[in-house]
Amino acid sequence: MLLDNLLSIIIFIPLIAAAILGLFLRGDDEAAQNNAKYVALAATLASLLASLFLLAGFDPDDTGFQFVEQGEWILGLTYKLGVDGISVLFVMLTTFLMPITILACWDVTHRVKEYMIAFLVLETLMLGVFCALDLVLFYLFFEGGLIPMFLIIGIWGGANRIYASFKFFLYTFFGSVLMLVAMVAMYVDAGTTDITALLNHNFGSDTMEVFGVHILGGLQTVLWLAFFASFAVKMPMWPVHTWLPDAHVQAPTAGSVVLAAILLKLGGYGFLRFNLPMFPVASDLLADFVLWLSAIAIVYTSLVALMQEDMKKLIAYSSVAHMGYVTAGIFAANQQGVDGAIFQMISHGFISGALFLCVGVIYDRMHTREIDAYGGLVNRMPAYAAVFMLFTMANVGLPGTSGFVGEFLTLMGMFQANTWVAAVAATGVILSAAYALWLYRRVVMGDLIKESLKSITDMTRRERWIFAPLVIMTILLGVYPSLITDVIGPSVGDLLSGYETAVAEFNATNAVADAGGQ
Amino acid sequence: MEKIILFAPLVGALICGFGWRIIGEKAAQWTATGFLFLAAFLSWIIFLTFDPFVHEGGAYTVPVLTWIESGSLSTDWAIRMDRLTAIMLIVITTVSALVHLYSFGYMAHDDNFNEEAESYRPRFFAYLSFFTFAMLMLVTADNLVQLFFGWEGVGLASYLLIGFYFRKPSANAAAIKAFVVNRVGDFGLALGIFAIFLKVDSINFDDIFAMAPTLAEDEISFLWTSWPALELICFLLFIGAMGKSAQFILHTWLPDAMEGPTPVSALIHAATMVTAGVFLVCRMSPLMEYAEWVQSMIVWVGLITAFFAATVGLVQNDIKRVIAYSTCSQLGYMFVAAGVGVYSVAMFHLLTHAFFKAMLFLGAGSVIHGMHHEQDMRNYGGLRTKLPYTFWAMMIGTLAITGVGIPLLYIGFPVGFAGFVSKDAIIESAFAAGTDASLVAFWGLVLAACFTSFYSWRLMFLTFYGEPRGDHHTHEHAHESPMVMVAPLGVLAVGAIFAGMVWYKPFFGSQESVDKFFGIAKPEEHAVYIDPVQPLMLGAAHAAGEEKKDDGHERHTEPGQGALYIADDNHVLHDAHYVPKWVKLSPFIAMLLGFLTAYQFYIRRPDLPGRLAESQPYLYNFLLNKWYVDEIYDFLFVNPAKWLGNFLWKKGDGATIDGGLNGLAMGIVPFFTRLAGRAQSGYIFTYAFAMVLGILVLVTWMTLAGGN
Repeated sequence: MLLDNLLSIIIFIPLIAAAILGLFLRGDDEAAQNNAKYVALAATLASLLASLFLLAGFDPDDTGFQFVEQGEWILGLTYKLGVDGISVLFVMLTTFLMPITILACWDVTHRVKEYMIAFLVLETLMLGVFCALDLVLFYLFFEGGLIPMFLIIGIWGGANRIYASFKFFLYTFFGSVLMLVAMVAMYVDAGTTDITALLNHNFGSDTMEVFGVHILGGLQTVLWLAFFASFAVKMPMWPVHTWLPDAHVQAPTAGSVVLAAILLKLGGYGFLRFNLPMFPVASDLLADFVLWLSAIAIVYTSLVALMQEDMKKLIAYSSVAHMGYVTAGIFAANQQGVDGAIFQMISHGFISGALFLCVGVIYDRMHTREIDAYGGLVNRMPAYAAVFMLFTMANVGLPGTSGFVGEFLTLMGMFQANTWVAAVAATGVILSAAYALWLYRRVVMGDLIKESLKSITDMTRRERWIFAPLVIMTILLGVYPSLITDVIGPSVGDLLSGYETAVAEFNATNAVADAGGQ
Repeated sequence: MEKIILFAPLVGALICGFGWRIIGEKAAQWTATGFLFLAAFLSWIIFLTFDPFVHEGGAYTVPVLTWIESGSLSTDWAIRMDRLTAIMLIVITTVSALVHLYSFGYMAHDDNFNEEAESYRPRFFAYLSFFTFAMLMLVTADNLVQLFFGWEGVGLASYLLIGFYFRKPSANAAAIKAFVVNRVGDFGLALGIFAIFLKVDSINFDDIFAMAPTLAEDEISFLWTSWPALELICFLLFIGAMGKSAQFILHTWLPDAMEGPTPVSALIHAATMVTAGVFLVCRMSPLMEYAEWVQSMIVWVGLITAFFAATVGLVQNDIKRVIAYSTCSQLGYMFVAAGVGVYSVAMFHLLTHAFFKAMLFLGAGSVIHGMHHEQDMRNYGGLRTKLPYTFWAMMIGTLAITGVGIPLLYIGFPVGFAGFVSKDAIIESAFAAGTDASLVAFWGLVLAACFTSFYSWRLMFLTFYGEPRGDHHTHEHAHESPMVMVAPLGVLAVGAIFAGMVWYKPFFGSQESVDKFFGIAKPEEHAVYIDPVQPLMLGAAHAAGEEKKDDGHERHTEPGQGALYIADDNHVLHDAHYVPKWVKLSPFIAMLLGFLTAYQFYIRRPDLPGRLAESQPYLYNFLLNKWYVDEIYDFLFVNPAKWLGNFLWKKGDGATIDGGLNGLAMGIVPFFTRLAGRAQSGYIFTYAFAMVLGILVLVTWMTLAGGN
């Protein structure tokens, strides 16, 4: 049956399209460029269409993996895919945003075919990450995804693209090595690379001694740290976040959209798929550590965002702050926290994507991202001003937009876990209002004085079509968030009940051990 | 019907804001206004026909849609209708409808816009209608999250409307300031909601109120230590109220908010939005009643605000700023009332204040309109004849706010303008509450009443009396406003005159009548109703009152029953009717003093104010500069935040993190740098190579290990 291979179909449509483009499309004239764009758009739309079937067929009340596909692969490896309530919406997010991304690079003229191929390959790899149910497969998709991103920044990026992508590389490489080692260790311990099996495997949590240092939580803590290193860089969490602003600044608009909207979510997804369920004891032990890093991230990057002079950098820092809510929500390890974290990731996908597109609109016209170069755009671009206002408010977390629900739920989760962290993180709502509105004021409000802006034009029809679905999603999810929480709720609840059992067992054993020791 | 009231303004806003290109500007404006009048009409029907005892708990709920669901957290979009909501409904929709109408005239021409090319009017009406919708969401919420939606929604509308003149830098700055300062309050409110959820496991009002007695005994650990749960929750909620209602230390945004068009000031920054804080405290009265410490804090904050704002109002020259500080001050009065436990009186003043303050603002707007957008009172003078209707409207407003009435006369209700009845009720309650804080509050409020009278009359004298000052040309062309602007003033004038007398009983009558109005407790058949007239003859009647309490006629109430909760041992409302005569007279005397001083200063000896300012330069500048609060905040918060942001960026991210990590990496793998320098994508292949290598290692390992 066709539906049996639905996930493979969704994942590989873009790759097949990329192959077709690579093999059969010749020439670099305008016709060929248009062909490349239309093929890419068609492929991403086809993938979106297929994923709608996935959503329709998905049963939220079943907390196990659905649409599972399993088969033999090269070298005795297993090819296994499947989605549960946690991953299915990330698949949707990706397929939803890719056509928009393709539309956003409609005006590119430099090596269009390769550009489209890069995005199509990227889509396949990102979808793969969310669906992979085998360690090796996951690793392949996870790391492979970076290569097209490097290329997008490195070839189609701004003036300082070499530095940016090199920095990106250094950070991620470090995390990847550790994750790889951890995966090997997991295989040795559990004897399988099947993620479903690993989720049910109890990794040792007895205190270990390494070079004379006692490690509470034992193997779990070690593995947890290794995965954490990799995912924290991807999130990115403070203090390993500095690659993101540089990468964003140098990336082309469409690259920024994918980076902010989807790639940043790989880290959060990783935490939810590996750290929390597989190493619950370690997660519990290290929760306060993550919560504090997140709280610092929110305040620190919000303050830094306040002072930025480059629009993209400002939004990039704001993204780091928003990801702080995500990590804190995940490791608050309660229903509101984790629900909120997932919600925040999805919503941030729409909002940050839209904000980078907003920058792209005026960058395309003026070729500068300098905030000081603008001012008074509302005079000539009222539609743009309205759209930008909406997403600014969504970014600030105004109730009624999707930004609010995630922020509110994660803070509520944090408050139950650690009130200090919640109080510190909640100052982010003040700071975000300050930096976002100040940016809006400097770019959009005021009189239009600058000579260079006198002839700037409002959004084109294509640009309006790009924003329309994002506007709809942002408001729809803000008013009726059950669209998401109904899907993720049962799976999150299942994850958390397993988590709590494991932590309780560990604490009970430790209590017994302590009593015995005395 | 409730849904129509709630959504009519939203529909109006959408049609007006997006549809004006299709239906035309004028039609769009009329659509928005029409929907508002519809909502106002229906609100009055609900208010007049609402009977709390028909419904269980004195309230009923109309569900609309589910909203946020996560685990045990479950919130709905829903309309909670009780007496408190009904009161707010008429205030909001009535003032809003009138302001819409008024705006036809006020916004007819605007020098800030290009008449031909820019359609600013539909945008303005859409914002106004959207604001009304958000405000209605706030007051009809049946849970704290929906309230928070309205809370921030009105913040957005306020931001948009303050910054309506988007070309003016000062307007843009004021808009941001309003939003950010409000967010400081929201920070507290949000934490309060989280604390409630942690303890109650629900954020629906009914569940919270039912838990109030339990919460009062409970503890909550927050930050470094453990707190009495209820005190902490109420404290956090009150921070939110302080932000929205511009109470001292979070008040700075309100005077600046006058940058918005005047109808906005009347609707948002006088009659409705700024009273949301008072509404919140009253809404949460079942919790507040148990939080003694927070209650006295509310009294203090209200008192300080009432006093502070009144002093600053004494010397301001911008007509709108005087009224803005006056609003700030009157909000302080309301909080004192709520703090001493007479929530009904707080709501009473909220209601009357909405009428007379909206009228003062609209009147000021009419003056500004007639004077070609001149706002400095030093350039007014002698406008009485030029703007006769406006003059009379302002006069009624001034008589109301200063509290003119006939003291000690009681004919079933006290006789006087709206402010006289409600403000005196607050002052008497403060005295009757008898705690240290409330006694200080009593004296402070009397003094503030004197200041209120002074600055209000100063405004009247400077504007309408004396010789015309300032630009000759402007004065010659000063003209009365059109009917669409004068008519709303007339309607509000009726409210400003009669609202106090008409609604005296339900808000500040006997305990029974208040209980009945708010649905707190059904008056029992056999209970002897004692009209609080008698107490004016003191002695005997007071004794009768005491007797009644001893009678064993026990008032028994539960939190959550009715729109307000007044605990059984809270007798302030009762006692307020039995205060000594001099207490009842004191606000009237204070008002007279303020009037006479103003008369002396601005009619008889107009040279006096200047000389006084010269002889007391420090005091004058201190007041003129609003106690230097803005400067202090710039010094304490704004500049350090900017400095810190820059420091973290340049030194934190730049020098430490990038310097450290990159430096390390570049030191260890210098050949990467060279690689990167040589071929632009060389390292990408290195990376890909490393990854493939990694997978090979993994696969090899597994094949070997798997074989075992």
